[in-house]
Amino acid sequence: MKIALIDYGAGNLFSVERALKFSGADYYLATKAEQIIKADKLVLPGVGAFCDGMKGLKKNKLSQAIISAARQQKPILGICLGMQLMMSSGHEFGIHQGLGLIEGVVNKITTQEKLPQIGWNELKILKESPLLNGIKSGDYFYFVHSFVCRPKNPKVMVTTTNYGGDNFCSVLADKNIYGVQFHPEKSGPEGLKIYQNFVKL
Amino acid sequence: MKTVRIIPKLEVKNENLIKGVHLDGLRIVGKPEKAALEYAQAGADELIYLDLVASLYQRENWIKIVRRTAEQIYIPLTVGGGIRTLEDAKLFFRNGADKVAINTGIVNNPRLVTIIAKKFGSQAMVASLEVQKKISGGYEVFTDSGRTQTGLDPVTWAKKVEKLGAGEILLTFIHRDGTMKGYDLELLRQISSQAKIPVIASGGAGTIEDLIEAIKAGADALAIASLLHFKKMTIGQIKAQLKLKNIKIRL
Repeated sequence: MKIALIDYGAGNLFSVERALKFSGADYYLATKAEQIIKADKLVLPGVGAFCDGMKGLKKNKLSQAIISAARQQKPILGICLGMQLMMSSGHEFGIHQGLGLIEGVVNKITTQEKLPQIGWNELKILKESPLLNGIKSGDYFYFVHSFVCRPKNPKVMVTTTNYGGDNFCSVLADKNIYGVQFHPEKSGPEGLKIYQNFVKL
Repeated sequence: MKTVRIIPKLEVKNENLIKGVHLDGLRIVGKPEKAALEYAQAGADELIYLDLVASLYQRENWIKIVRRTAEQIYIPLTVGGGIRTLEDAKLFFRNGADKVAINTGIVNNPRLVTIIAKKFGSQAMVASLEVQKKISGGYEVFTDSGRTQTGLDPVTWAKKVEKLGAGEILLTFIHRDGTMKGYDLELLRQISSQAKIPVIASGGAGTIEDLIEAIKAGADALAIASLLHFKKMTIGQIKAQLKLKNIKIRL
């Protein structure tokens, strides 16, 4: 099973690569559409603003390759901004179209607390998912973000996380599409389990 | 209530983990990579790695230490010391840093905050404020490991770096550093009450009470050095005791 780690210029891949290596993944960096098409699974990482991320994906037609991989039922894991880009649209610096793999929008956290949320927070598991094997409600993961996904269909929400009153979707899954709002590669042993689970899918 | 982060601060000089008092009088306490891995495995929420010498000809060694450390740990790593340009910052990001902490570099060139935040995101740009209490009262920001006065008022400077795009403030009390006599709560309160970004208190942690007081004064995260390096307490003990005091902590 070959995993394409999509490199579209949105952030540092050092730690994602290491976590994939640790998890025994057979992966390669993909910067071109052909490389995405050849893969069995995709990891879509990312840090930064929604519009910049989409710009990066549209260049070299990466976005079309990702959408067609999704239609072929290939497992895709979006991380942080990567998860957000899978939604229909993002409302950061204006409204921007996303990949549309999951119906819903991305908007700002409604909270009394400081933004961005930088630090560790807990998951509340709503339903089972193979991505969360070995992980339980109350386990902590490392978050860095101001925006969150609001999926239209609540059934795709696998976990929620509470940040100062906003119970946002922190893990989503819809058939072959998976997204995590936190950074599993920065979340210690629990985070590595997420990569291992994705590799095993 | 948000979860408070416990962040071991490791100061490095010529490949050794060292600890001084008031950023001076340095004492070798071990090897940084070994300590970093131990702390990460013991439940540290992040690590701060500071190069105290930050000389250019030592840089290659320092980068190797950063890289070897980053390859072993799966928690966020902040790296500081001698970062003056976007190119410097890039070098550390490429070698495994998640964030850079900059003091002297942004005092000399405040635009650097915005440049790094635009390129790597605010979350990767930690503004480091090293502050001394003045004999005449009040506080002043110092650069070059506490050697150079800047004339900057820390409260004003904290507002400025936030506006320029910093994602966090690392607030070091030089007059408390290494003393284990507690953080400077007065200044911590002044800065954290007006900051919209997280504030990491640094310099002076000696007891659990010091940590609790700092949390009450508004710290979002606590940098801890002597307490850990001199093995007065382990991270597990610190976290368990904070939990007992009803502080929200990741165990």
